[in-house]
Amino acid sequence: MRNRPRRTLTLTTILATTALLAGACGSSGSGEPADSGGPIELTIATFGEFGYEELLREYQTIHPNIKVTERKTGKAGPHHQNLIAKLGAGSGLADIEAIEEGHLSNVLDKASRFNDLSQIGPADAGADRWLPWKYEAAKSKDGKLIGYGTDSGPLAMCYRKDLLEAANMPSDPQSVKALFSTWETYFQAGQEYVQKSGGKPWFDSAAQNFNAMVNQQEVGYLDRNDKLTLDNNAGIKKAWDQVTAAVGQGQSAKLTAFSNEWNSGFKEGAFATKSCPAWMIGVIKEQSGPDNAGKWAVTDAFPGGGGNWGGSYLSVPTQTKHPKEAAELAAWLTAPEQQLKAFEAKGTFPSQVKALESPRLAAQTEPFFAGEPKIGELFAAQARKIAQPQYKGPGDGQIQENVSTPALQAVEQGTAPAQGWQQLVDGAKKIVG
Amino acid sequence: MTVVQAPRRDDRTPAVPPRPTFRQRLSKWDVKFSPYVYIAPFFVVFGLVGLFPLLYTAYVSLYDWEIGDDEPPFVGFDNYVQLFGDGQFWNAVGNTLSIFVLSSGPQVVIAVLLAALLNTRLRGPTGWRIGILLPYAASLVAIGIIFANLFGNQYGLLNSILEMFGIDRIDWQAGTLSSHVAIATMVNWRWTGYNALIVLAAMQAIPKEINEAAVVDGAGPVRRFISVTLPLLRPTLIFVVITSTIGGLQIFTEPKLFDVGQGSNNGGSSNQFQTVTLYMYQQGFENFDLGYASAIAWVLFLLIVVIALVNFLITRRLAATEGGRR
Repeated sequence: MRNRPRRTLTLTTILATTALLAGACGSSGSGEPADSGGPIELTIATFGEFGYEELLREYQTIHPNIKVTERKTGKAGPHHQNLIAKLGAGSGLADIEAIEEGHLSNVLDKASRFNDLSQIGPADAGADRWLPWKYEAAKSKDGKLIGYGTDSGPLAMCYRKDLLEAANMPSDPQSVKALFSTWETYFQAGQEYVQKSGGKPWFDSAAQNFNAMVNQQEVGYLDRNDKLTLDNNAGIKKAWDQVTAAVGQGQSAKLTAFSNEWNSGFKEGAFATKSCPAWMIGVIKEQSGPDNAGKWAVTDAFPGGGGNWGGSYLSVPTQTKHPKEAAELAAWLTAPEQQLKAFEAKGTFPSQVKALESPRLAAQTEPFFAGEPKIGELFAAQARKIAQPQYKGPGDGQIQENVSTPALQAVEQGTAPAQGWQQLVDGAKKIVG
Repeated sequence: MTVVQAPRRDDRTPAVPPRPTFRQRLSKWDVKFSPYVYIAPFFVVFGLVGLFPLLYTAYVSLYDWEIGDDEPPFVGFDNYVQLFGDGQFWNAVGNTLSIFVLSSGPQVVIAVLLAALLNTRLRGPTGWRIGILLPYAASLVAIGIIFANLFGNQYGLLNSILEMFGIDRIDWQAGTLSSHVAIATMVNWRWTGYNALIVLAAMQAIPKEINEAAVVDGAGPVRRFISVTLPLLRPTLIFVVITSTIGGLQIFTEPKLFDVGQGSNNGGSSNQFQTVTLYMYQQGFENFDLGYASAIAWVLFLLIVVIALVNFLITRRLAATEGGRR
């Protein structure tokens, strides 16, 4: 009997070790097996605010055999990091994964890991549901549709009415349009504003304009063969020269977008104009605070035509066990009626033709802005101005975020424009090469 | 039970010694193998979370491995060759060493002086000691965000103070030296108190008699500090230097949060404060170039091993001279 306690201890140790091993190895359990009898369980992974809470509840009442769980991530960065990592791992993704426009090029590069929604999706989710540029951007090189468009970010121009008035410049939405018709007139007006206001900056940061200008080029950082174009892309070089010249004239407030200083800049009135996608209205309102109500205005013009910044897609990875059901849910969520509800819930601006024509959208006004503009109608008009999307190769988003934006920041901090351009070219080569 | 069992046992004893029973064999195995089982958890866990990742990282570093690649091509030591010719990597190594020197140097000096102050007769000594340890207890991320705000270019508190005294604003994030100083300040604020407490403990272990003897010999407080306290603190100081070496070479959170671009891994507009770990993170989890990131991880590992080895040799030598003196 003497041995008993010790043996128990040994057994416990072995058990504990096994448990540890099992705990360390067994964490990669994948989704539940397909069960033909019970309800079908779908997961949808989103980031930020898509406004889907009510919609998903509604979908489950219409389809009692389907149970939907939403996995929400706060920020877009971690969501996509997780997405790419689990695409690589081959398991662990939700049945429906949201993809933000800026990360789309990296995902399109791995199109073989997604279902072609034009094949498996319902018939009513055809190309004519969306604005052409929104639909086309989610097509891979071999023509697969990997995502249904959700929201969009058509660009308009926001400006401080009071600051323009103080500088004796035109300030009502109709007369400022002339200032914002091309990038030449925009930067000319900026130079005039700097002089008349005694040295106050015109825009928040160089990169915010440069990114829009690059997106308006026929060919972006990469051509359709995924070759870097910077060595002979005259359009991008011209945009660089224009922006950096404006920085040299003191037009930039040198506030990196979304930094704390940029946030403070709204309260302090540090800049007079701001490139303004639909969702920026909310940012301006929140950061400027009630003290600055009625000082901002918005006009349906944008230098060089229109443009888009932001917006997402819903995709169905091939990992899912229920591709058909997932595609149906994604199609339903991105239908015009649902997108309008999401817009009313969280302000995600629609990209569907019918939703943009809706009187409910057109009636939307913004009392924080001078003259209570009808922003629904205004941004819908801006969305229709957008031409076909520029082809974006893999790495395009990283070049914008990690190379061109810091290079322009360096110029704002005193680096010579030619040297900054070299930094941009070298950095882009490193990412693509 | 005992009453029944006792006679049975007596019955069996006279018999020829039998084959060892199952229980006896079990007890033999127990003696032989259970020690290994007892220590197994550590080695299993170490193997899983320590050794395996280390070796697997070495394996990955030999491939041109991008996340999601089905069959990454084997490239041998190409990643390392590329790394040694990579200006951005050497820039990151330089930044790391510079921030390390700027933080560890002042930190040790201030920690020793603080410890000397705390070692004098103070009212409420425990309160003071906890006080200097408080920064260490604060959340690193909160510190990072607050300091990045203090060092803000246009609306930062520090620049407002500079301006009040008629000094030009400094764009802390823009310059190489200014950004290193700012980040080192963050590190120092957090770690000085912690190191001061370690030094203080060593100071209190110094026998009173030695100091008293020095007083009898007519040494003043400064002379006593330099000739008695400091030499006896040497081993502790070396410990403090080594721990801050390891921490300093892996610095990540401070430079990441100091960047004005939220979530950026660039370390400033021209990588002026990008450290090695930040660069590794950027390559691995932003550009998804796992092979290259693994190569950086290994070079960083070797770099730390080399510096730790140098520190070990210094420690041994110093210990030997001290032994000789005694």
